[in-house]
Amino acid sequence: MKICVLVKEVPDAAVEKRINPSTGRMDRSGEKNLNPYDTHAIEAAMQLREGGDLQVDEIVAVTMGPESAVRALQKAVSLGADRSLHLTDEGLAGSDVAATGYALAKVLATESPDLVLLGQQSDDGECYTIGAIVADHLRMPSLTQVIKLEVQDGALLLERQAEYGYDTVRVQLPAVISVGDAINEPRYPSLKAIMGAKKKPLETVSPDAVGIDRALVGADGSRVQCGEFHAPPAKAAGQIIEDEDTNETVAKIVAWLDERKLI
Amino acid sequence: MSNVLVYVLHYEGAFNKNSLGAVSEAAARAAEIGGEAHAVVVGGPDLTDELCRTLGASGATKVFRAQGPEGLAQPVVDVMDRVIAEHGHRYAIFGGGLLGFEIGAGLAARRQAGVTMEVTAVRAQDGQLVAERPILGDSQISVSHYRGELGIIIGRINAFEIRQGGGEAQVVDVAVEYSAFSGQAQMVKRGEQRGADVDIEGADVLVAGGRGLGKAEGFELCEELAGAFGGNAAVAATRAVVDAGWYPYAAQIGQTGKTVAPKLYLAAGISGAIQHKVGMQSSENIVAINKDANAPIFEFADLGIVGDLNKILPKLTEAIRAKKGE
Ligand SMILES: Cc1cc2nc3c(=O)[nH]c(=O)nc-3n(C[C@H](O)[C@H](O)[C@H](O)COP(=O)(O)OP(=O)(O)OC[C@H]3O[C@@H](n4cnc5c(N)ncnc54)[C@H](O)[C@@H]3O)c2cc1C
Ligand SMILES: Nc1ncnc2c1ncn2[C@@H]1O[C@H](COP(=O)(O)O)[C@@H](O)[C@H]1O
Repeated sequence: MKICVLVKEVPDAAVEKRINPSTGRMDRSGEKNLNPYDTHAIEAAMQLREGGDLQVDEIVAVTMGPESAVRALQKAVSLGADRSLHLTDEGLAGSDVAATGYALAKVLATESPDLVLLGQQSDDGECYTIGAIVADHLRMPSLTQVIKLEVQDGALLLERQAEYGYDTVRVQLPAVISVGDAINEPRYPSLKAIMGAKKKPLETVSPDAVGIDRALVGADGSRVQCGEFHAPPAKAAGQIIEDEDTNETVAKIVAWLDERKLI
Repeated sequence: MSNVLVYVLHYEGAFNKNSLGAVSEAAARAAEIGGEAHAVVVGGPDLTDELCRTLGASGATKVFRAQGPEGLAQPVVDVMDRVIAEHGHRYAIFGGGLLGFEIGAGLAARRQAGVTMEVTAVRAQDGQLVAERPILGDSQISVSHYRGELGIIIGRINAFEIRQGGGEAQVVDVAVEYSAFSGQAQMVKRGEQRGADVDIEGADVLVAGGRGLGKAEGFELCEELAGAFGGNAAVAATRAVVDAGWYPYAAQIGQTGKTVAPKLYLAAGISGAIQHKVGMQSSENIVAINKDANAPIFEFADLGIVGDLNKILPKLTEAIRAKKGE
């Protein structure tokens, strides 16, 4: 079987994120990295391959993004993917979440995967929903926020926390599954894997090659127009104590609590 | 007609509070654009006429009821797709939670609609609805305008208030042929409670622990501190540690846990992710101990301590015991 893993390049967590006032889009300059949540999806694919309950012939990393997103693909390959696909085109820039999901589904459809894995959220977009969008376009069952994945008679037995507790769901393949960060502890790539990543096949895909309707993507094709960015009502800043002498810190906390009659 | 459709989640014969809030929000906004709020429910025989009609009180004038599996998103997408195709609703609103995200997103794909999630406010403007979404760790608000025939709004939990006072709703049964792929997912067990059944909603003081506690045993530090406060104090947790099996699910605060508003909420080793914050931001006093000065929790803590919880908690426990003993 073939597993496709969706990965995304995001600003490094240490870089402060902001909106570029002139374009109204997220400022994506500065240090970038593979979305940390996606490393759990790659690890889940690797564990399925190594577990042997299903025969995994190929793991393919897929992204949509600008030229620099190649680095996220290389990182994904260093973590275990066999090859990667990069959907890139000026006309895709500014796509909203629904348009992004549609475009990714079009690429995935050309691969006919048995399983699509992705992360629970992107560090910058934080929509939690690409999986559900992609699944509907592919007409596949889907579950998000999965923290346990087992193979049972060729189907997947999945667990996740929903609004009333933990749910266990049986899903027949092919399927689209987003995994939560509690599902596994991603491995570190070996030096050899990092060095070898650039030699693995990387295919650049254009929207036309996979039949993407250009009227449905990009800023103009998106059904949501975001703008009018403004700051939320200011909240009084809290008091901050740097703990240098713990006895002193604790005395300050106790005094603060006492003042508010909380003890 | 500018009608608004709302999915109402239910469990064990009761409607979800956030869904009811979404119905009230939809009713208020629909009225401003010349429409009505309609609800969709999907489930088994527990969705009686009597129960469904009660949605009128929250503001729905009509309830579309379909027989179908519960707790999964895609069957609901099938139902909403069908209802919208027949009745032409202009907006769909969800109260948040996990299923709301999945259904709203699936519906956006199915009907080529725009979708905005984590919405904290909806406004009527020139006969249309616009949605406000906090982004970038709640430091900015972005406003969504919709194009096309349908706009989808997924609320943040606790964003929409329930307003009672409406009349009775008319119940309309819909027969839906479910997509083949919807049936490829089947609920095996729903709503499993993991760990002890603890009560955090009644507490005046909550000592909440997160991944920064390092291991399950780390919760002993929180329990001792809660014990020192005595009386009505309890220990709470984040999803990260509940998923890891360190602490019971019943003690979890946040989007898929409890919403609390104690007199004092004290966080130890919690980063302050949005999904946690939505469950505790109404606490009267928020104290946070975190070793990372850039942790988001310091953005909304009234008192923030940058330091190692392993050093601070034991001494704080001792000091509070001493103070109590005075
Ligand atoms: C759909 C969805 C629903 C969710 N629902 C919920 C929910 O209901 N509730 C919830 O809580 N989360 C929920 N989450 C998860 C949420 O996004 C966060 O991942 C989670 O809240 C993080 O938990 P944490 O703060 O314990 O862990 P982390 O984010 O890992 O934070 C640990 C913190 O501990 C600090 N730390 C480490 N060591 C020390 C030390 N020695 N001393 C002091 N500080 C230390 C670190 O600096 C760090 O800030 C949900 C996520 C999604 C996508
Ligand atoms: N542009 C993209 N290319 C590939 N995968 C993506 C892209 N955007 C989001 N994803 C995937 O979708 C997951 C959820 O992202 P989001 O819905 O934006 O929170 C991420 O963890 C990725 O696996």
